[in-house]
Amino acid sequence: MTDDTTLHALADGRLPPGEAERLRAQLTPAQQAQVAQWQAQRTLLRALHSGEAYTAPPAAQQAAAARLQALLDGRSQWWRWGGMAAGWVLAFGLGWWGHAQAPRPMAATPVAAQFARQAAVAHAVYQPEQRHPVEVTAAQQDHLVQWLSKRLGRPLKAPALQAEGFDLVGGRLLPGGGGARAQFMYQNAAGARITLYLGALDAPQAAAETAFRFYTDGPVPGFYWADQGFGYALSGELPRAELQALAQAVYQQLRP
Amino acid sequence: MKPDQIASHLPSLRRYARALTGDAWAADDLVQDTLERACRKWLLWRGGGNLRAWLFTLMHNLYLNQRRADAPVQWVDADALAAHPAHDAPSDTARDLERCLQRLPADQRAVLLLVTLEDMGYADAARVLGVPVGTVMSRLSRARTRLRELMDGHPPATALRRIQ
Repeated sequence: MTDDTTLHALADGRLPPGEAERLRAQLTPAQQAQVAQWQAQRTLLRALHSGEAYTAPPAAQQAAAARLQALLDGRSQWWRWGGMAAGWVLAFGLGWWGHAQAPRPMAATPVAAQFARQAAVAHAVYQPEQRHPVEVTAAQQDHLVQWLSKRLGRPLKAPALQAEGFDLVGGRLLPGGGGARAQFMYQNAAGARITLYLGALDAPQAAAETAFRFYTDGPVPGFYWADQGFGYALSGELPRAELQALAQAVYQQLRP
Repeated sequence: MKPDQIASHLPSLRRYARALTGDAWAADDLVQDTLERACRKWLLWRGGGNLRAWLFTLMHNLYLNQRRADAPVQWVDADALAAHPAHDAPSDTARDLERCLQRLPADQRAVLLLVTLEDMGYADAARVLGVPVGTVMSRLSRARTRLRELMDGHPPATALRRIQ
């Protein structure tokens, strides 16, 4: 069955090449005509005002753009310094922790990478949701945590990130590599969302302790780590340093 | 193209504004207002976030506000549309297309332009417009069907004068 959404995605070139090809082979003649018509329309629209891109903007626009650029550059400087400071703190903290616990970095293993990828995909799927971002909202936090603890077979805790500016939106249960996964979603005042994804890792990963790893191959960046047989991933469209600081706050709170 | 360089987003902002408003001067004003507002609100942009989507969101909200401030009765003057100075002399098809675009309801036009002209993903378009992805898809469907009808010369049922 091919629904309208899939046909639009096909016409707009939003499907992976292999999938698009498979789909094209299954279309009815009417659907083929529909997609062809949408594509022709798309081509026409994309040619519209193409000259606009090559003409110089009015002076007032250029001036405003330069002013905005200066403001943003000033701020990214601030992020960079802030990020560097956070990085040092984390490096020091992890170094000390590593000294005490001698963690073995296992990040390159397929299971860990797969876990991080599933977390990033789950984030990308639910983060844009306006109406149903979560199954159970933060208003029923006790019920949410009880329910997910039961399904994941371990007492869980939803970390509190208010100090970092993020409020709990709620959570949901998801299928993952070895079984059940939980996803907690948080949102800050600006509407930016982060998700914490967690679940039991399959053996032999379960025995390994991993350091924080930064994952960038998925649709959104994330930090992931493993602790006592459980995998954790914190994903979100945030600067690396900020995400790192949040991941550390989560780690601190969840440490048994 | 660096994603955090305003200059690299300016051409597509101008182009989208031009297609959205259907008017060269209105488009210049809209882009100017968007940049001015961004200068006032830059603290709200999350570094590392999607600068392009943020700018488009600001522009879309300004556009909606302007439309609300306008008279409740909207006229689309097809002759005036054709008389606007164009940077490149548009072909008859392009002029037709522009005229038909302006006859779409504004929310449908915005979705269609973001997805085609700007090649934006559905989730990004939803974020820019502040609506669920499902709404983006249904508006996209209606926009494509309606635009086709208009281009094929079907009698425009509610087009030229629309009372909102």
